[in-house]
Amino acid sequence: MFAGCYKPLVILTVVLAAGCQGRDDKTSSPAETSAEPGSRVELLNVSYDPTREMYREFNEAFATHMRAETGVEVAILQSHAGSGSQARAVIDGLDADVVTLALAYDIDAIRLNSKRIQPDWQSRLPDNSAPYTSTIVFLVREGNPKNILDWPDLLQPGIEVITPNPKTSGGARWNYLAAWGYALERALGGDIKRLPTASPDEIEQAEQQAEQFVAELFRHVPVLDSGARGSTNTFVQRGIGDVLLAWENEALLAIEELGADALDIVVPSVSILAEPTVAVVDSVVDRKGTRQVAQAYLEYLYTPVGQEIVAKHYFRPRNAEVLAQFQHQYPELRMFTIDAVFGGWSKAQPYHFNDGGVFDRIYATKAE
Amino acid sequence: MTSKLPANPRNVSGRRATPWIPFLLISVSIAFLGLILIVPVASVIGYAFSKGFSAYLVALQSPDTVAAIRLTLITAAIVVPVNTIFGVAAAWAIAKFDFRGKHFLITLIDLPFSVSPVIAGLVFVLLFGAQGWFGPWLQERDISIVFAFPGIVLATLLVTFPYVAREIIPVMQLQGREAEEAAVSLGAGGWTAFFRVTLPGIRWALVYGVILCNARAMGEFGAVSVVSGHIRGLTTTMPLQVEILYNEYDLAGAFAVASLLMLLALITLLIKAAVEAFGPARH
Amino acid sequence: MATTRPWLSPSVLPGFGLTLGFAGTFLTLIVLIPIAALVLKAASLPLADFWRIATEPRALASYRLTFGASLLAATINAIFGLIVAWSLVRYRFPGRRFIDAIIDLPFALPTAVSGIALATVFAPNGWVGQWLTAIGIDVAYTWVGVVIALTLIGMPFVVRSVQPALEEVEASLEEAAESLGASRWMVFRRVILPTIAPALATGFTLALARAIGEYGSVIFIAGNLPLRTEITPLLIVIKLEQYDYLGAAALGLVMLCVSFLMLLAINGVNAWRINLLSGRRT
Repeated sequence: MFAGCYKPLVILTVVLAAGCQGRDDKTSSPAETSAEPGSRVELLNVSYDPTREMYREFNEAFATHMRAETGVEVAILQSHAGSGSQARAVIDGLDADVVTLALAYDIDAIRLNSKRIQPDWQSRLPDNSAPYTSTIVFLVREGNPKNILDWPDLLQPGIEVITPNPKTSGGARWNYLAAWGYALERALGGDIKRLPTASPDEIEQAEQQAEQFVAELFRHVPVLDSGARGSTNTFVQRGIGDVLLAWENEALLAIEELGADALDIVVPSVSILAEPTVAVVDSVVDRKGTRQVAQAYLEYLYTPVGQEIVAKHYFRPRNAEVLAQFQHQYPELRMFTIDAVFGGWSKAQPYHFNDGGVFDRIYATKAE
Repeated sequence: MTSKLPANPRNVSGRRATPWIPFLLISVSIAFLGLILIVPVASVIGYAFSKGFSAYLVALQSPDTVAAIRLTLITAAIVVPVNTIFGVAAAWAIAKFDFRGKHFLITLIDLPFSVSPVIAGLVFVLLFGAQGWFGPWLQERDISIVFAFPGIVLATLLVTFPYVAREIIPVMQLQGREAEEAAVSLGAGGWTAFFRVTLPGIRWALVYGVILCNARAMGEFGAVSVVSGHIRGLTTTMPLQVEILYNEYDLAGAFAVASLLMLLALITLLIKAAVEAFGPARH
Repeated sequence: MATTRPWLSPSVLPGFGLTLGFAGTFLTLIVLIPIAALVLKAASLPLADFWRIATEPRALASYRLTFGASLLAATINAIFGLIVAWSLVRYRFPGRRFIDAIIDLPFALPTAVSGIALATVFAPNGWVGQWLTAIGIDVAYTWVGVVIALTLIGMPFVVRSVQPALEEVEASLEEAAESLGASRWMVFRRVILPTIAPALATGFTLALARAIGEYGSVIFIAGNLPLRTEITPLLIVIKLEQYDYLGAAALGLVMLCVSFLMLLAINGVNAWRINLLSGRRT
């Protein structure tokens, strides 16, 4: 009498199966979409948090450009979250045509863990595949009541510093490295360029001082949000902390969004040149047949139009003319690169941020 | 204990004896709920309408938000019936029969309660992700499970798995099985026994379980966040959309979507209240 | 009886094979296989490595916070949830139906929303936080905030478990006890509490199990500082972000085992309660 009641199981299977197939029906079959007029291409750009507003505008510009130039309809889907978790999603199979992440290390991680990106990715586009840059600045409360002017002021008694967690946030890693670089430079007598010629003893001493400086800095941190936007919200909406370490573009955007009468930007004497990088995900574009469009998409970032959009959203463009045009919004400061001071991400990441690295050590000793 | 006749009839009629106790308990209840529930919920509603009612409506009409609402509703529409059928089947087997390993089975059904949502998402990545067990097989066939709709459904199924079963199993157990046995020995079929005898007894528990399952299915954040891929307008559910809007400094928009989720939950609760009010009395 | 009992006691009712088969298949597909994937992943670690990951200071500190705050929250819920359930069942007061209706709201609120809302309210500049800060209590971004978030999400479990049990307490029994001269407190302790104890225990355990796994609401209100306000699920996420799937699976397995043992214990209590109740009724 219960015959035929396996129906629910059957229905479930059918539903799940149907769900599985409901994919890719919008893009046409692979191996073509080579810019045939009238064809439609869908790209997925997997990016990190602070680029939401910028890519929204850039995507429209690129779609218009492609329609006018080639007659191809390009629809771009966006995905934003923390840079590290986005890289993990791509490793685990999120079918991104392009990744535009906060740091080269995350794209390298995709290459190492999934082989979905070719090893030469960083040399395939100009400027180490970083079409725009930014730096790390301080955001303080209106009028700078605690009189914070440079890195050492962050260690004054009673100052609370807000930064996201370097373990989960790309921006936080730039914050940390900027502070480290400052301390290293101070230990080397104020000239970071001396680093390559310094003696090993001198470097070791300087590194120790840098570690002390950064450890002391994190003693002033009451909250570690998982992402840059979380930290901005903690600082601005919750009123926690005296100073926020932030991307320059995030700080400028926060002032635009939340009012210049509440916040001020303080530019430290020296900071790091943050280079968010972009890459085409080879295995995906080859399977979907979208390589040409994906490549064009990233290259468009380097054109004057792309660079202008980048600058409008407070990133620093690479193009000198556009940079000059928007010069008023970028304060002057000295910047060092991760390659020069830290030997690139492949060295900095394991040494500072992986399990058992300096960051873990800072907290382990803090607890004692 | 010496037998002492009631010295005072007040004691027997009880409740009026010490009026300050009810007052105290009710006050404590309201204070407790006020602090941890009502004030935060009120803040959500307050922020949702902070830019006025029309801004509230506009916030709910952005294409990404509409897509998120649709995705959430479709997910719930699949997850809730499936888990309900499962819950009833499991409860029937467990409550109406004696077999070995029953308590172990109940514990297995409870297991998802104790699985952190983060892990609930992670397990499907381990299974179906590109690096997972079935990843290469799925990729050859161009089938996406994680970072697509099926993954969201699976993660939600896992997280909300025990809610219906958990509500009706104890009720069915307390119900006993004599009534169904009588019905069957009088010639009723299995379905008839279930619909005529069992169902009326478990009705409330079933309705309540479905409501809980539905609420949790629509509100799940952690597990879905791990398997969603966060693609705008495609794989973002309402809770993820709340996070996105919040991160875009759009507090009013974020809480507008959140308040809509609360509203959906309240509607189901109202349905429950209506069913109770118009249905036959509970006892 | 136990020694000679067959696997399945005979019954005139139909549908055993179908329902158990369906439930079993579905359970296997949706719950057991995925969890087996987690266990196998963690099991691919050498035991020494597993032990090292599971007992590193940060993990230990996170267990302490996760399990400690969950226990505290479940205890708060057991006490206040009982009072709320009692008020709802025993008294008629203005707003009773409203309160009864909103008890389930924490289930419906996405956990991220609860977290954001609580952080908003309890931050030093929030509606409640400003008063608490004035008297020197910091809630947001401390372990207190974690406890509050976990209390919120676990509250309905206790109230909804205790409510029906309280309705079942037979008034005649209470009255008899009172007529025998028992004080109200004694009636509560000797008559009411034993009857609702299993339900209270169920609610407590469910609230506890839910709290231990909670992620979304906590990360918004905890400070997430390593060794101080970092919960275990966050640690799992951090491991994932470093592409350390093995480490994440190991920590996940630890949490799973602890929670599973707790649930197993409570189901034992429950079985005992069902036996007790059905025994009393026949």
